[in-house]
Amino acid sequence: MAPPGAPRSGDAIFASVERVNAELFTLTYGAIVRQLLTDLEEVEEVNKQLDQMGYNIGIRLVDEFLAKSNVTRCVDFRETAEVIAKVGFKMFLGVSASVTNWDADGTCCSIILEDNPLVDFVELPDTCQGLYYCNILSGVIRGALEMVSMKTEVTWARDMLRGDDAFELQVKLLKQVPEEYPYKDDE
Amino acid sequence: MATTACFIIVSRNDIPIYEAEVGSAAKREDAAQLHQFILHAALDIVQDLAWTTSAMFLKGIDKFNDLVVSVYVTAGHTRFMLLHNPHNDDGIKSFFQEVHELYVKILLNPLYLPGSRITSSHFDTKVRALARKYL
Repeated sequence: MAPPGAPRSGDAIFASVERVNAELFTLTYGAIVRQLLTDLEEVEEVNKQLDQMGYNIGIRLVDEFLAKSNVTRCVDFRETAEVIAKVGFKMFLGVSASVTNWDADGTCCSIILEDNPLVDFVELPDTCQGLYYCNILSGVIRGALEMVSMKTEVTWARDMLRGDDAFELQVKLLKQVPEEYPYKDDE
Repeated sequence: MATTACFIIVSRNDIPIYEAEVGSAAKREDAAQLHQFILHAALDIVQDLAWTTSAMFLKGIDKFNDLVVSVYVTAGHTRFMLLHNPHNDDGIKSFFQEVHELYVKILLNPLYLPGSRITSSHFDTKVRALARKYL
């Protein structure tokens, strides 16, 4: 499905980019979530804030992704999802995900993460039951896709911290925003 | 053979953060309070002893009738205290070491506040399984 020249997986790119120690990464993210919980107090607010932070990361990250990964324009949303799962996740998180559960018209799918470095050591205490600990990821995907003119809605369908057997992100394409040029032809 | 064993974890600020009765002996009604009392009484001895040695495992530091108190002090001065029948030293040492690993995992959880009560049911199950295996 991927055009020739586009990498099928992010292994090669992952091998060449700079990396940090996994525990440093995990604990840094943990510290952020912990701080948000202290500052905002409400779990719902924390979810929102994480999503917003992810969004802000995503709108920048997509440029880096396109610059380094050499992927060419995706023909449809199916391919976009595959590229995110196979190349994007591998490149930035070091794990690859799989895409399943397509609906009939190809606008809604699930990205499934078997392994998630963000949640090493984490166990949700009773006081944080409503927390989507990895909500930053959904924000990243939403932000990144918005920058390449796709409005999406990303929600968590399964979460291992809540006792499920995998992480499942449901990505729903709301609409393709046609590219707008900021100038008129006759000007 | 029926064994008595009571395991508690005391934080560096002398607050008990985890307690479990892990013995197989039939319980007396007042046993839990008695065991806690003995273990807490041993804290003073631990405090004196902990700085005289570099070993983490302090074996048989206190006695009460036929029961012995053994303690494992982590680098962060959290104390694992076990009240047990006097036998099976190797098992107790292994028990402490494995509990230490579990404790480090709990400590690495960003949502756990160091020094607060350990409420994780996963931890509890694992500790009880270790107790069955080693004690």
